[in-house]
Amino acid sequence: MGKVSVIPFGPQHPVLPEPIHLDLVIEDEKVIEAIPSIGFVHRGLESLIVKKDFNEMVYVAERTCGICSFGHGMGYVEAIEHIMGVEIPDRARYLRTIWMELSRMHSHLLWLGLLADAFGYESLFYQCWRIREQILDMIEESTGGRVIFSVNKVGGVMKDMDSAMLSRFLDVLTDVEGQIRTIRKVFLQDRSVQMRLRGVGVLTRQMAHDLGCAGPFGRASGIATDMRIRGYGAYGDLDFEPIISTEGDSYARCQCRIDELFQSIDLIRQAVGKIPAGDLSVPVKGNPDGEFFMRIEQPRGEAVYYVKGSGKPNLNRLRIRTPTFANLPGLCETLKGADYADVPILVLTIDPCISCTER
Amino acid sequence: MSAFLNFTGTLLKNLVTKPVTKNYPEEPAVYPERTRGHIEIDIDQCISCGLCVRSCPPRCIVVDKGAGTWTINRFDCIACGYCASKCPKKCLKIVPGYQTPARKKEADTYRKSPEVMEEERRKAAEMAAKKAAALKAAQAKKAAAAAAATPAAAAPVAPAAPAAKPAPAEPAPAAPAAEKE
Amino acid sequence: MVKCPENELIEITKGELLSKCMEMKKSGLRFSQGCAAFWDGRYELSYSFADDETYEYKTLRLKAELDEEIPSITEIIPTAVFYENEMAEMYGVKIRMISLDFRNKLYRIEEEAPLLPKDARGPLK
Repeated sequence: MGKVSVIPFGPQHPVLPEPIHLDLVIEDEKVIEAIPSIGFVHRGLESLIVKKDFNEMVYVAERTCGICSFGHGMGYVEAIEHIMGVEIPDRARYLRTIWMELSRMHSHLLWLGLLADAFGYESLFYQCWRIREQILDMIEESTGGRVIFSVNKVGGVMKDMDSAMLSRFLDVLTDVEGQIRTIRKVFLQDRSVQMRLRGVGVLTRQMAHDLGCAGPFGRASGIATDMRIRGYGAYGDLDFEPIISTEGDSYARCQCRIDELFQSIDLIRQAVGKIPAGDLSVPVKGNPDGEFFMRIEQPRGEAVYYVKGSGKPNLNRLRIRTPTFANLPGLCETLKGADYADVPILVLTIDPCISCTER
Repeated sequence: MSAFLNFTGTLLKNLVTKPVTKNYPEEPAVYPERTRGHIEIDIDQCISCGLCVRSCPPRCIVVDKGAGTWTINRFDCIACGYCASKCPKKCLKIVPGYQTPARKKEADTYRKSPEVMEEERRKAAEMAAKKAAALKAAQAKKAAAAAAATPAAAAPVAPAAPAAKPAPAEPAPAAPAAEKE
Repeated sequence: MVKCPENELIEITKGELLSKCMEMKKSGLRFSQGCAAFWDGRYELSYSFADDETYEYKTLRLKAELDEEIPSITEIIPTAVFYENEMAEMYGVKIRMISLDFRNKLYRIEEEAPLLPKDARGPLK
């Protein structure tokens, strides 16, 4: 029985891209309890509904997060479209899907880089971000922004990708696929990486379910839930299966995310093959009246957009439940019993996005 | 063997190939044509309708119709392009070129050229004159109608009809005068 | 084409809250989210449960008066702790016995109940 002490972790820490504070109760270098506290970057985006009308809120929703910004815009817009009964053109659905998958790829590559940095593999970190740069270039070329796309609007999308651009993107993606294959080998076969990841922070399927874990964090524990299966956007026309693993440790989470990169490339290929010609948007009249919980699959997991309109231009309530918010209890559970030295890696494995969480 | 040296090939390749990064300040950055850098305005096309002011999410645009100016605080602008999509004259455009850092937040003001302002003033005066003429004509019509109605009802009692009679004659000389201005 | 496009809304009363949550948990649903809203002079609390196989989405809707005390569901669903703290902080919902109560300091906002309209408790002076 060693001495129990409390070590504060964060809000400033080298592995943390964003501020979160954890009080770690430590005994003999083992964490016995972790108490999180957030609230360092709360911006009050949800309260802006009283000042902005529902069309302007698209831009506010997009700025919830710097990494999964497209998903936030898309989830919000689809919730509004569902309430107003707007049927968007097929081409817009496909374009949204392609952008969503590009956004997922850049988010996962960012995370892989951060993970490599956390276990001290700096050259791998730079390699991941080098690959990510090619995705960002494609995003910038097609939407005009590197992380904030601003192409969604209620009723469709604002920009188009012509077939020359799409086929050029496919060529780049083929190249990127080869590069990801080489780093996949490093992440999944390298002995030193495996020693840092295997068996660290195991979360069983039952625990993950009880704690409400979402996204790759839950799928690594064997929960085969992927909101894309619901078939919003153009996902209903595409053929894919959620990628799951059963081990539930940090290695499995890493594996899930790497394999999702290949899945994203495959989905983009399918979508480009099937994309129909047509309009980009339909005109929308009136104001939303009603409420809806829209769920979409963000790079980090299931995100819920609760929109409640009252027939006025300003909404009554917008609530964004981000995946990290759902994964925080799971994080505290995985930290229990972990070595103190593994805490940074475990915090990273949920892919924390704190500004998203606090909005 | 597969457990080690997985990254060596990539490392060696990176060692002998050119860097992927650019020598930025010496080599200029190339932006794609769709880059949302900043908002540009063709001010002489602007009709000062104020739609951009009302649609701007961070409220960074100010329009003064009287002075013919369009002001944007580029440090508050989030480069979303919503104003450009709302503009009825399509005189707002979002173009590449990011806002450079500065010590102070300053607003950029664009002023319409004097010729355009003169033209606008002339058109506004014309419109006002037409409006005034129309208004007067309508009033006169009303008065005439009232005058026509009153004699039918109470002609023998009150001498109201002669008072209303000169009214239709009034706007006729007034309207040409306004047009001459 | 979209699976389960509609949400299922179940209106409940305060007394039913805990038993309904227990029922949802026992039927194998995952607690997805909880949130508060203010509508028509009352709080609307939503507790959503997701089915991971069929993608159904069930929401328990509880309407509560402004000063009503609501029991916490964290004893049954420990995950709800952040959601309930958020409801309490953003809308001033009085939730009793949250297992880890941040006492309105989850987001460190100075203002009390920032999302509740200022005239919710009667007209402003």
